[in-house]
Amino acid sequence: MEVFWYIMIAIVLAVFFILDGYDFGAGIIHLFFAKKEKDKVVIAKSAGLFWDSNEVWLVAGGGMLFMAFPTFYASVFSGFYLPLIIVLWLIIFRAIGLEFRNQFKYQMWKDIWDTSFGVSSLLLALFFGIALGNIVRGVNLGGVENGISAHEGHYFFLPLWDSSFSPLSETPGIIDWFTIIIGVISVITLAIHGANWVVLKTNSSINQKLKSVVFKLNIVLAILTVFSLFVWQIVNPNSLNNFIDKPYLIVFPIIYFIGLVGLFFIKKLKRDIHAFWLSTLLIVGGITSSLASLFPVILPSINDTHESLTIYNTSAPEYGLSVALTWGVIGVILLVIYAIVQKRLLGGKVDKMDYGH
Amino acid sequence: MEDMLFYDRLQFAFTITFHYIFPQLTMGLSLLIVFFKWRYLRNSNEQYNNAAKFLMKIFAINFTMGVVTGIPMEFQFGTNWAKFSELTGGIIGQTLAMEGMFSFFLESSFLALFIFGEKLMGQKLHLLTGFLVFLGSWASGWFILATNAWMQHPVGYEILENGKFVLQNFSALFSNPWLLPAFLHNQLASVVTSSFVVASIGAFYVLRNKQVEYGKLFLKVGVTFGLVSSLLVAFPTGDWNAKNVAKHQPAAFAAMEGIFETEEAGAEIVLIGQPNMVEKKLDNKIAVPNILSFLTHQDWNKQIPGMDQFKKEELPDNIPALYYSYHIMVGLGTIFIGVMALALFFLWRKKLFTLKPLLWVIMFLVPFPYIANLTGWYVAELGRQPYLVYGLLKTSDGISPTVSSGNTLFTLLGFVALYMLLGLLFLVLVGKTINVGPKPQTH
Repeated sequence: MEVFWYIMIAIVLAVFFILDGYDFGAGIIHLFFAKKEKDKVVIAKSAGLFWDSNEVWLVAGGGMLFMAFPTFYASVFSGFYLPLIIVLWLIIFRAIGLEFRNQFKYQMWKDIWDTSFGVSSLLLALFFGIALGNIVRGVNLGGVENGISAHEGHYFFLPLWDSSFSPLSETPGIIDWFTIIIGVISVITLAIHGANWVVLKTNSSINQKLKSVVFKLNIVLAILTVFSLFVWQIVNPNSLNNFIDKPYLIVFPIIYFIGLVGLFFIKKLKRDIHAFWLSTLLIVGGITSSLASLFPVILPSINDTHESLTIYNTSAPEYGLSVALTWGVIGVILLVIYAIVQKRLLGGKVDKMDYGH
Repeated sequence: MEDMLFYDRLQFAFTITFHYIFPQLTMGLSLLIVFFKWRYLRNSNEQYNNAAKFLMKIFAINFTMGVVTGIPMEFQFGTNWAKFSELTGGIIGQTLAMEGMFSFFLESSFLALFIFGEKLMGQKLHLLTGFLVFLGSWASGWFILATNAWMQHPVGYEILENGKFVLQNFSALFSNPWLLPAFLHNQLASVVTSSFVVASIGAFYVLRNKQVEYGKLFLKVGVTFGLVSSLLVAFPTGDWNAKNVAKHQPAAFAAMEGIFETEEAGAEIVLIGQPNMVEKKLDNKIAVPNILSFLTHQDWNKQIPGMDQFKKEELPDNIPALYYSYHIMVGLGTIFIGVMALALFFLWRKKLFTLKPLLWVIMFLVPFPYIANLTGWYVAELGRQPYLVYGLLKTSDGISPTVSSGNTLFTLLGFVALYMLLGLLFLVLVGKTINVGPKPQTH
């Protein structure tokens, strides 16, 4: 049952990063490449029509996590207190940037909200990557110092950074050189995804340029990916074990590499949707590979005093999980149906569509 | 420790107060939008359709604000109330997750379709999308109140040795005797807010002598819905809730009503008075004898326990705040019934649209349903103190053990600054939308 919920939540969160990922990416693209007003409007529109129904997947995923693994939810949310609250503020800035941009015609008004949308999208992509980096690296569970525990085993509190800035320190902070690398990978991945989305959804004049941007970013991503595999081994030496024990898990990294290699052919792809599917594979492969390398651990402990958090020692009891199964499956099916219906009805290029309420 | 608890509570109170400004309007407004759209399908009068679309613009701004201020609420359970989340997540996680999956999703998907899809789908389907937005927003209220009802009156649980609450009976969460009265009371109160907003916009148009036709329509609908909902909020739903509190949280009930000492021969109802916590009595009291006993038990002389019957640690920790919240809510509710009844009377006599003083009153009354709704929420939450889960889990045992008060203070200040900006933007945007008004759309 725990495994089932783990997979459900992983799927819901992966869908969140696929869907909201493209509008984060659109924000990053918007920040760096949209120069003309016409481009700015359509890029904002390609994200603005969908962000709130995409964000629902985050709310649903959060709710399911709360229900199925309450101890994990409590531990992680209070442990990563500061970055999570900052993420909340960024989500708010991004949303109002998108929603309110076209409410007034003043240039200054638009510039403010464009910047708000772009910068907060960029920072959110960075923070999500850093969060993943933290989960891979593990934390000092229980706040142990010199073998003495300050809190119950599953509680901790991470500062934003530690003076050594190293993931190998005894008390690493949220930001260190390893999590920054993962953060940058996340930004580039979502920028590629967002660019593909913009190309797919608009007839913008920068579409051709965006395709070559994707190509260049993909080169950087490939280099960073190879590099990160080395440091990953240093930071979490156990990460290969799962793949050796259960060779079928190798399918997840393969998904990632299909996306990565495929995107080198971006200019030769017959249809824009193919590029979008390839960057989707990048996201799915990246998230699932990271989770698979840890499974069944969901938050490794870096001290010997407290055991790592796993799906088994943080879950709600059997009865609750099995009742939730009934409505959870119905719920996910509904989410999928709504998403398809909505994306169908608002399908096609967004250039001509109304925007702004 | 004291500091931590104080800042955590302050932050939750602040963020939920700001958040609740928005859903209380959208829940009620969605009903009025469906009403206008439905009337349009019946009478084919363009005006009704434009009214529905205009109100949906206001709805959309409020919805955006509701979403962006609602996500912090879900996060805060984990960030600031980690211990509470850990102990009760297996139960309230159910209702909160259902809220996200079933209602929030319904609302946001179909809102986009309602706003952008009228031409694509034809009028009947457009009404249907409006109805689904309504359904989603009311279902949201249902799941949130199911969560709150469990905290007020826990059911279907078992407590393990390690203090964790375990779900024993899923359906008990929704057949909780606390839930239905609280839900109906709350939803009707949100209809009050939206009716007052619509009536106020109408009064503004009529007084300004622009968009007068729409102004009259909004007044007519706003005043009618306003009177009906204000009456239903007071009776039967308000009465039903009060009886529930008297039955399940007698200490909170005594504090709400301001009964310091138990009277042998039936309790009086306090209309006015200030709680004096030093001398344990009400100052400047105006009260009517025996009414409270009658209202609560249909018996003039039935005893109602006063605060002297409870141990200090069982009593709510802020009695004056609870007492005032309750009396403000009830007082405002009474005023609403009076004003709306008067307005409906003049509407029926066809004099309302020229009766300027009353129109001014209707226009400026608009903040007060918000205050009544918020104080109503405070009554529920303050009444539950000092517990998070009534009688079982103390509020002081629910906070995050690793988050220091300095961090909470920092984030609180951040929320205050950010929400001030949001509030300003909100007023500017709604003001602009109302000023432009429901012009026939041509695109």
